[in-house]
Amino acid sequence: MDVVTLGRLQFGITTVYHFFFVPLTIGLSFLVALMETLYVRSGKEVYLRMTKFWGKLFVINFAVGVVTGIVQEFQFGMNWSEYSRFVGDIFGAPLAIEALLAFFLESTFIGLWVFGWDKLSKGLHAAVMWVVAIGVNVSAFWILIANSFMQEPVGYLLRNGRAEMHDFWALLTNPNMWVMVPHTISAGFATASFFVMGISAYHLLRNQHVDLFKRSFQVAAIVGVSAAVLVALNGHSQAQHIVNSQPMKMAAAEALWKTEEPASFSLLTIGNLSQSGDVFSIRIPRMLCLIAFDQLDCQVLGIYDLQAQYENEFGPGNYIPPVAVIYWTFRIMVGVGFLLIGLALWGVFLVMGDMFEARRNGLRLFVWAIPLPYIANTCGWIMTEMGRFPWAVYGLMKIEDGVSLVVAGGSVLFSTLVYTLVYGLLMAAAIFLWIKFIKAGPEPAPKEQDAEMEMTPSLIGAQG
Amino acid sequence: MSLNTLWFIFIAVLYIGFFVLEGFDFGVGILLPFLSRDSDPQKVDAKRRLMLNTIGPHWDGNEVWLLTAGGATFAAFPHWYATFFSGFYLALLLLLLALIARGVAIEFRSKDDAPRWRSLWDWSIFLGSLVSALLLGVAFGNLVRGVPIDAKMQYVGGFFNLLNPYALLAGVATVVAFTLYGAVFISLKTDGEMRQKAHALMGKLWIASVIVLAALLVFTYFQTDVLARLGADPGVIPIAGMAAMLAAGYFIRKRMEGWSFVMVAIGIAFALVTMFMILYPRVMISSLDPSYSLTITNASSSPYTLRVMTIVTLLFLPLVLVYQAWSYWVFRKRLTTESRMVY
Repeated sequence: MDVVTLGRLQFGITTVYHFFFVPLTIGLSFLVALMETLYVRSGKEVYLRMTKFWGKLFVINFAVGVVTGIVQEFQFGMNWSEYSRFVGDIFGAPLAIEALLAFFLESTFIGLWVFGWDKLSKGLHAAVMWVVAIGVNVSAFWILIANSFMQEPVGYLLRNGRAEMHDFWALLTNPNMWVMVPHTISAGFATASFFVMGISAYHLLRNQHVDLFKRSFQVAAIVGVSAAVLVALNGHSQAQHIVNSQPMKMAAAEALWKTEEPASFSLLTIGNLSQSGDVFSIRIPRMLCLIAFDQLDCQVLGIYDLQAQYENEFGPGNYIPPVAVIYWTFRIMVGVGFLLIGLALWGVFLVMGDMFEARRNGLRLFVWAIPLPYIANTCGWIMTEMGRFPWAVYGLMKIEDGVSLVVAGGSVLFSTLVYTLVYGLLMAAAIFLWIKFIKAGPEPAPKEQDAEMEMTPSLIGAQG
Repeated sequence: MSLNTLWFIFIAVLYIGFFVLEGFDFGVGILLPFLSRDSDPQKVDAKRRLMLNTIGPHWDGNEVWLLTAGGATFAAFPHWYATFFSGFYLALLLLLLALIARGVAIEFRSKDDAPRWRSLWDWSIFLGSLVSALLLGVAFGNLVRGVPIDAKMQYVGGFFNLLNPYALLAGVATVVAFTLYGAVFISLKTDGEMRQKAHALMGKLWIASVIVLAALLVFTYFQTDVLARLGADPGVIPIAGMAAMLAAGYFIRKRMEGWSFVMVAIGIAFALVTMFMILYPRVMISSLDPSYSLTITNASSSPYTLRVMTIVTLLFLPLVLVYQAWSYWVFRKRLTTESRMVY
């Protein structure tokens, strides 16, 4: 494998791995803050134990997210130094601002939260968790500003042989960013909600800590149903945006080789996606027009026409991303997304009817659903990043031009192998700890059965 | 003052912040196996937990200083970032692995009580801290000494080029100074037996630190272009730094922990200021031809970007200082093995 392929492989591995932990951090920070607020407001001890239980799982997740984030920031310079030289003027700024505004905030306040139970008042301690949650989300915002520049470069001028920042405000109003941020954040909330619902269901099925996990499930079901619906709505607006801003990505996601008017939507294709001859495919007439443009008549450009168009504009070359990968990751993401909406509605139904006892099989679904958001998140990023092929920065710089000139293939291969090994071990350790703490459940309450009863705050660990 | 100079100073400040804050974290990590010695394995574990709890609330926020320094370099001096990170590839890979191992280990080690689990992560903390400190010193040693950079701003040396005696000495000096710093921090943050043990070690570590730092200073005259460019008079900063280190020796003898800590912090900070003064106005010195060096002018971002980043930094860096200071204030109390431990 050449340096470019190895660099891409490493970027893929480290990014997917990092984003395995990030969505849960985004959503769970908020849920834990919410639980702790419920504790402060109600004084009920069950909410304190809830906060501590989910907080412990949160901290394990947070640690791995942080350390893998360091690699994300440094590998631009290590593997993609020519990319860094070309876009550093405009691309470096959001990364630096992220560190200054968000990373400092979340890292300092998570320390205060974990170690501050005896040092801070109840209200202040809960406020600290809110700051963590805000920091985490602000962090996502700035990172997506950086990524959006790669998807849809704005606010730059080509000067001195590089892309120089010309309009900071344009970065902040990048239309791609404003469809991407809501989609990503709500996906994080959905991931965390299904994490909480799944683990709660596990304990409810065993009749353990029923009160605590019922409440957890309730909170997560409400957040989860809103998040799942928002993911889909935001995903829809994102797709509508991409049809115009990156038509090749959308054409590949639909395996639409020839321009169609009106365009159909492909539900399923069996056969060889790498050419236009589908063996078997189900397509819904006019559906793509409805999805992409909110109308029944439209023209959607196919891959062949787009390739010709790009060759005209940018010169000869291959502008077709790996269609099969884009097509299937898109389908899996969307399919799982709809499944999650259905499950979340079912969860709300269980909560409203208080049917955890009666619908045990229905409850069991949530345990199995824990991996689903992770699958959708991963597919979403693979589609987003690989769908940009051959561009590192869309229309500005090709991937192969961004690679470091002085780094040998052997070094990239070595680092890729080492990251894969170390990340694998970290994943194993994190999952080991999760399973251990999930099975152990929350700390025992002094009066488990009477958790409904109001307890005086002075009896509770944190001092006022 | 030009924006380019201002950004050189900002990045220096971020690295100094990192060394002054994370320095004692690394020191505590390096001391973990030594200050926890006990015939009773349970006490060993309690002592290690005590040591880690002194840095527990802070290490994560401290480490962000390095990440911000990296991000700021990317934004303000993209060529510096690109040449440095691609050129020092394997060294940085090792640094990243050490930081990963250490960071995860601090969070994970107490979450299971199997002895093998704990010993695995304790080794990670020790080695991660040691290797991080060593590599940071080696990297900065090479920055001031100069490395082979060609006319196209590309690093053309290999990995072993970085392991020259001067850079290795800088690495050792960083390790020794951080270990002293960590011991002083422990003496300041704990009480009882741990505090006594830290005191017993501080005197020796202080002598070692002064010797290696003095050697580094002398060596710097021969290994860098400081004599030709700035002359034999080292100026007030390095002398003040050395004076602070000497004063630290006095305060260590007098068992004045707060002052010992301040003096070692000043010693470390001024050593870095000296380094950045030797570097200025270059950001990476070419050993092949001085005209190939990366400078604050030819490696920088556009004036517009520097302006935007200046505004953001002036708005938010003071805020960071305020809430980080507050977090140190919240956890100002000394800890003992009898304290209620947070895991």
